[in-house]
Amino acid sequence: MKIFFAFIVDGMKTAFRGGALYYLWMSFLLFLMGITAWNYFFQLRDGLVITGLSDQVSWGFYIANFAFFVGIAAAGVLLTVPAYIFHRKEVKSVVVIGEAMALSAVVVSMGFVAVDIGRIDRAWHVIPGLGKFNWPHSMLAWDIVVLNGYLFLNLFIPMYILFKHYQGKEAPIRKYFFWVVITCFWAISIHTVTAWLLSSNVARPFWHTSLMAPRFISSAFTAGPALMIIILQLVRRYTDYPVSQGVIKMLAIIMAIAMQISLYFVAAELFTDFYFEGAHAASMHYLFLGLDGFDGLKSWIWTSVALNLTALVLLMVHKTRNNMVTLNIACVLGFIGIWIEKGMGLVVTGFIPTPLGEIFEYTPTLRELGVSVGIYAIGAFIFTILVKVAIEIELGRIGKHKNINQGVGNASELDEMTTAKTVTVST
Amino acid sequence: MTDKQLPDTNIQTPGSQEQESNPDLARRHFFKRLGMVGATGVAATTGVSVAVEATKTEPSWGGSSFMDAMGDLFQDHYTRMSDEEMTEALDRIKRKAKRKFGIDIHCEDTKPMPDTYFGYALNLSKCRGYRECVEGCIRENNQGRDSQVQYIRVLEMDEGDSNLEHSEHYYDPATVPVKGKYYLPVQCQQCDNAPCVKACPVEATWMDKDGIVVIDYNWCIGCRMCMSACPYWARHFNWTEPQIAAEDLNPNTNYLGNRPRMKGVVEKCHFCTQRTRKGRQPACMEACPTGARVFGNLLDPDSEIRWILENKTVFRLKEELGTEPKFWYFTDEARART
Repeated sequence: MKIFFAFIVDGMKTAFRGGALYYLWMSFLLFLMGITAWNYFFQLRDGLVITGLSDQVSWGFYIANFAFFVGIAAAGVLLTVPAYIFHRKEVKSVVVIGEAMALSAVVVSMGFVAVDIGRIDRAWHVIPGLGKFNWPHSMLAWDIVVLNGYLFLNLFIPMYILFKHYQGKEAPIRKYFFWVVITCFWAISIHTVTAWLLSSNVARPFWHTSLMAPRFISSAFTAGPALMIIILQLVRRYTDYPVSQGVIKMLAIIMAIAMQISLYFVAAELFTDFYFEGAHAASMHYLFLGLDGFDGLKSWIWTSVALNLTALVLLMVHKTRNNMVTLNIACVLGFIGIWIEKGMGLVVTGFIPTPLGEIFEYTPTLRELGVSVGIYAIGAFIFTILVKVAIEIELGRIGKHKNINQGVGNASELDEMTTAKTVTVST
Repeated sequence: MTDKQLPDTNIQTPGSQEQESNPDLARRHFFKRLGMVGATGVAATTGVSVAVEATKTEPSWGGSSFMDAMGDLFQDHYTRMSDEEMTEALDRIKRKAKRKFGIDIHCEDTKPMPDTYFGYALNLSKCRGYRECVEGCIRENNQGRDSQVQYIRVLEMDEGDSNLEHSEHYYDPATVPVKGKYYLPVQCQQCDNAPCVKACPVEATWMDKDGIVVIDYNWCIGCRMCMSACPYWARHFNWTEPQIAAEDLNPNTNYLGNRPRMKGVVEKCHFCTQRTRKGRQPACMEACPTGARVFGNLLDPDSEIRWILENKTVFRLKEELGTEPKFWYFTDEARART
């Protein structure tokens, strides 16, 4: 218990130590969170009227980001499977980064739900036992269960491993292998349930398709690796933690496959809706071609199509996939492309036209974006701290064991190291 | 019995006499009011200044006392509240209304009547698109005026076409009905298999014993899941604190009905629980000058609604979704008897 306490304290200390660049980055994130706090104050005072939402389009930017980041969270396990099931050594070392990404993304998605609900003061109504939980009927109730479960799984498994390493011990895999398997299935479940949150609504033909959950999974496994590839490179650049090129190559291949599947699913939807256009195709028509002179999302979705197709080509050609510059371009394009497609493209379109046939468009307000910006920042903030602490433990710089590196808790040395890194980066 | 003691603010229908003879006048009357509402809306959206000024002398805590705010915060689910807790909740509602509007309102928890299961039928041959039902509903049910929440939406449809996507929601001709058009009022269909009830994560909405889908406004967390689930676009959200002029407030209210709502919660048509659970007509039926609306107890074999279901060709909206609405549409054309 005492050691665990030291583990937490050392972790906290590590979070507060760092070079100038680290402090700059964290202050920037805190600044973004400040923007959110400021804008959220107005939302609390005046209500959700400060958003661009309406009775017609009752979910928008917040829920779009929620759906997207649940996908990123689910994709966090992509490293877990090869590491623990197929025992690939070079993946094992970065699996903790994947778990940190999953954890941070869950927090981001929960943050977006939190700002979306009208009565945050009544959030306790969803606590089973204390409130009243419409389970198993409500898909949102399911989502609350699976997201919280995922949060805990991704918190406790890495914590267990890191705590063992902190003590200089091996973490015996048989002790937590069961939970790793659970996490893998759980990851699929969080995104499936989020898809069902939309597809369970008979009132919204655009969402009411059995392809929704497979689409969600495939697009998550596109955007997730995209983000992971970029993050791993950042870790490699700003820390001395070993990140093998093999992991990045593996992720690029996963992304290439998932992007093909994802676009294939989109094409299947487009065919079904457009071959013989019924009333149920109205939303799709609005999204891609506009409806009755309203085409607010048209250029938005075509941008996404162009981005995704470009990324697909870059990923499928061996030369461009193996070149870090073009791979990074593919990652950025694919990430944004999916963010558009399954974010606003999917969520907002479901509301247009309304069940009574009214076309009413939605544009997020500046305030709404202001509330959102800090939620991303919270994710980045948590991720940075988790990864920083994890790396320090994994490299044996902090811990309670004999083989500890010199300069335990020596802030100045760490500072020097980070600054040295920064210099190399800038040169 | 209780009916007598209660002030009924809703019988006044000054326009109803002239409506039948001069629908144009009635229509203009309606839009003039909407215009006035719009103007106050602009004032209100420029800041919460309106609300702030009204409560300036009051303690903070959203215009209620600390104790009331705490009472609201920890108020239990409707079905779990004891009689005592309900009395306290009703008292808080009254105190809050007094602070906000300066009016003593009556608020009670009216339970469903025994052997009652409500249904509604609407005669499309008789509806002439006056939207008196819309206005009557707003007057009765204390919807936010500047936010223009309306439980009933009357759709103007082309003859020979029942595609809702071709409907006109904001029709505004000089006179109604317009030649070549017919009118389709839509409100909560009180589904027997309600998707909204299933979707709510906290059971803030449910179907009561008399078949009415009700909402506990104090339990709703404002996630708007139900709004996505509703195929009839019947649910409306309070995007901001609803503003109602004190003189427009209907002080005769019910907990699961027309009591003043707060920002951040969903509301919808509840078949006027405050009236119908006491044997009265819903406000939209009372307001309708053409007699297009028929409300009644489906369990009563002698009720008018039962007669309609047995003798008219009826249909329900989006029946293919399996929502089992308790809201039927029919026309004057009688069904051939076998």
